[in-house]
Amino acid sequence: MTMPFYVSPEQLMKDRADYARKGIARGRSVVVVQYSDGILFVAENPSRALHKISEIYDRIAFAAVGKYNEFENLRIAGVRLADLRGYAYDRRDVTGRGLANAYAQTLGTIFTQEPKPYEVEIIVAEVGEEAGTDQVYRLTYDGSVADEHGFAVMGGSAEQISRHVGEHVREGMPLHAALRVAVDGLAHDGPTTREITADALEVAVLERGRPRRAFRRVQGRELDRLLAPAPPPPGQAAPT
Amino acid sequence: MIPGTPSDGRLPATFMTPGSSSFTDFLGAQAPDLLPGRRVLPGGTGPADVPHGTTIVATAFTGGVVMAGDRRATMGNIIAQRDIEKVFPADEFSCVGIAGAAGVAVELVRLFQVELEHYEKIEGTVLSLDGKANRLAAMIRGNLGLALQGLAVVPLFAGHDEGTGGGRIFSYDITGGRYEEHSFHSVGSGSLFARGSLKKLYRGDLAAEDAVTVCVQALYDAADDDSATGGPDLSRRIWPVVAVVDEKGYRRLADADVGAVVESVVSARRTSPDGPQAPLL
Repeated sequence: MTMPFYVSPEQLMKDRADYARKGIARGRSVVVVQYSDGILFVAENPSRALHKISEIYDRIAFAAVGKYNEFENLRIAGVRLADLRGYAYDRRDVTGRGLANAYAQTLGTIFTQEPKPYEVEIIVAEVGEEAGTDQVYRLTYDGSVADEHGFAVMGGSAEQISRHVGEHVREGMPLHAALRVAVDGLAHDGPTTREITADALEVAVLERGRPRRAFRRVQGRELDRLLAPAPPPPGQAAPT
Repeated sequence: MIPGTPSDGRLPATFMTPGSSSFTDFLGAQAPDLLPGRRVLPGGTGPADVPHGTTIVATAFTGGVVMAGDRRATMGNIIAQRDIEKVFPADEFSCVGIAGAAGVAVELVRLFQVELEHYEKIEGTVLSLDGKANRLAAMIRGNLGLALQGLAVVPLFAGHDEGTGGGRIFSYDITGGRYEEHSFHSVGSGSLFARGSLKKLYRGDLAAEDAVTVCVQALYDAADDDSATGGPDLSRRIWPVVAVVDEKGYRRLADADVGAVVESVVSARRTSPDGPQAPLL
């Protein structure tokens, strides 16, 4: 069959969007949840070396799903942009919103001008001084930005996980409860519930109270302790 | 907006290329006029009336290093600032003190701090202490043009080495030469006097508090003989900046704590103005 001379722009864009969406749906998911002391990021990631969740600046973090080398490029660009702004002006002048704008323009241009769109979906989050001032931005492969509140899920079976997390999440949860909700959500991504162990998880937080750098990875013994099932409340202890 | 962005609005290719984890190299490619050493100056000798900063001392003790700096900045015979800070944390486990042209020096320190943190964020690991010392040497080398025009910056770099568990001290010259010092060192206009004092007071098994006292004594002696080094300002209560770096990281001593050490040094000098007497042999 001969190649058609003309393809409508709608068809072209739709093909690209489908291509990117399929790539993102193939991978594993990331859940972002706002909790009492900040913002929690949980990714299903068995790799110790290749991170999906990273620090960008003092109070800003980056999480991504999709093709690794593509979101690595974006992560490096974000760190460079943040450090450049912070150096040229002041550290307080670097905001999640500014970064999200730069990413939106970059992703949008790549989507329309490059031969292949980036198969990535990213979240840029900034923890504020108080609970109400946290910002979570989700950016998709075509440069669309959405302001998220409470929680956000991307990659893999995002809709199904999102429904599960939405049913169990509450405002102002402590860290261990938010972690439990996120991990349970990740486990409910198919017809049956899976078991996800601590060594298959990549967990990080942006903690409001830390002096300058809010980002901190949660791993090893601390992660095991937070994932351990809660002891029964007093009054329901086993009879002596 | 970001300087040099192409009209289609996306981040330029310099942002996206992997490979270099150096913030200084990235600035050189993307925004070279932000680098201190790259600014083109008219030929001839540099301006004489630029604030200069003066004596920094560093002392190694068991498990770490203490660095202290005086608070005076001079412009010729004028005191430009009474409470300038010349000792800064480079990152969590190292510190840098600066002598020379104050404005350029503070900018270099700022760039160095961002450089170290930038590397850590991009690579995911912290640089070794030798790596940090080398990066600082490269930055000083980049400032050679300005240095030859009278705006020299001479840092003193020290940190806690995870491998040996102790402190290490590095000094530099304006060409970016890097020299590891042992036990103690001093830089700045009062450094010769401070070094003489450190030679007589230092011993190998110092605890952190004693190392602080040694540094304060050395700064006092430097201020005694160098007009560009400020002694403790007892009426305004402006004390030297004293920083300790050990396995717990960098911490700057609180004013009250430094004040206590300074008061005891000063009251001992009332009876013995030249300081503690060393034995003859």
